[in-house]
Amino acid sequence: MTPRILAAAVTAVLASQVHAEEMKMAVTTSFENSGLADVLLPVVKQDLDIDLQLLVVGTGQAIELGNNGDVDAVLVHSRKAEEDFVASGNGTHRREIMYNDFVLIGPTEDPASIAQTKTAAGALQAIAADEADFVSRGDDSGTHKAELSLWTAASLDPTTFGEWYKAVGAGMGAALNTASGLNAYILADRASWLNFGNKGDLAMLFSGDPALFNQYAYIPVNPELHPNVKNELAMKLENWLVSDTAKALIEGYEIDGQPLFVFNATAE
Amino acid sequence: MNNITEGLLSALRLIITLDPELIEISVRSLQVTLTALAVASLIAIPLGTLLAIQRFRFRRTVIALLNALMGLPPVVVGLIVYVLLSRAGPLGVLGLLFTPTAMIIAQVVIITPLIASVTHQAMRDLWADYHDLLISLNASKRQRIATLIWDGRRTLLTAILAGFGRAIGEVGAIMIVGGNIDHVTRVLTTAIALETGKGDFALALGLGFVLIGLAVAVNLAIHALSGTEREGRW
Repeated sequence: MTPRILAAAVTAVLASQVHAEEMKMAVTTSFENSGLADVLLPVVKQDLDIDLQLLVVGTGQAIELGNNGDVDAVLVHSRKAEEDFVASGNGTHRREIMYNDFVLIGPTEDPASIAQTKTAAGALQAIAADEADFVSRGDDSGTHKAELSLWTAASLDPTTFGEWYKAVGAGMGAALNTASGLNAYILADRASWLNFGNKGDLAMLFSGDPALFNQYAYIPVNPELHPNVKNELAMKLENWLVSDTAKALIEGYEIDGQPLFVFNATAE
Repeated sequence: MNNITEGLLSALRLIITLDPELIEISVRSLQVTLTALAVASLIAIPLGTLLAIQRFRFRRTVIALLNALMGLPPVVVGLIVYVLLSRAGPLGVLGLLFTPTAMIIAQVVIITPLIASVTHQAMRDLWADYHDLLISLNASKRQRIATLIWDGRRTLLTAILAGFGRAIGEVGAIMIVGGNIDHVTRVLTTAIALETGKGDFALALGLGFVLIGLAVAVNLAIHALSGTEREGRW
């Protein structure tokens, strides 16, 4: 072993023993893929002295981790699932923090001509009419739920679709890889799409319909049902997330000159 | 092909610059896997040897079961360990979920049957040769096991290396029980899954080549230390 490797190994061991308080938060893949976490985490550490550990999973799994008391808070984006989580008593309350939006991605030549449609529902109807390949997350994640409600808005039922509708049961990145390989249409959050490294022949074809807005909410896990959770830290973090510091960081975050998130937390 | 070249280049770049994150996750991969390997070997080698020399009623069933468990799907092991260690589960009070310890537990469950099965196969053949000798020397059971393990140590090395191979490349179980938390439970395989998800195939492949290199290095090191495959030793 060279001295440098040894030094790095020692640093790694020591770093894990520095005593900032640790808190675990389950977040969705789309949040992690946006890269915003890399901006927020160092400032959280600096301002609150909290080592925020992120578990990056789909919304369904994030809420399940909360139900079991395995994380201290969740930051997810699926209103119905969030409200059920609070109603079950496992989450204390739901606080809206910010939103970004979903976009429809597809082959550059756009065989179903969705770029000309006026609404997201219209775009999906065009894809279904053309029976163009469409990749669905199919994993009960927030993005998947958003996609299903868009099909409902388009008066279509994915369970009746033929082979062109491919539910891959995977995370955002894996599903985008599949869409890229098949040159298929897919619904993705804007951040994941902009940060995605394997775009191939795909392009962003449709965006901007308010139906595509994607609200993120923060929910602390209930300490009465799960005595081990660090509710005090979770509340400190919530107050920070709705503060002006967080607002400036969230609204100032851009990829390729495009802002990604709109901060919309309100004072209580 | 382009991606593979880029992957090799990014692997080289990471290694030459001694990228601190690469070193951190590589060291953690080795810590987790080697600890799991040590624990699994301590359980599996005596167990496999005992099964070779001991006759008891359900021996055949136990051996068949052990062989079947070699094919345990890691993702199922991960789920079971998750459910046990979850705060809502029976061992929740220990607070082990999403720690390297949880990853070690999952890997021990995965590789113990593999090492025990290979050990049993090897020891059965050795026992056939040693049976009369050890019985005539009136060796106790403990002495018989110790003799077989010592004289079969070269074959046992194969069993251990097979276990190492399965553990170091495993991702399904440790992703669930470790959670792939940056600086806490991220290891090489989970980092590869993450980069693949981001569509950064070059970096994912680069990490993959580092993982393969690491596995080869550990195998060579173990062979060198134990002095196998040298002239006049076999």
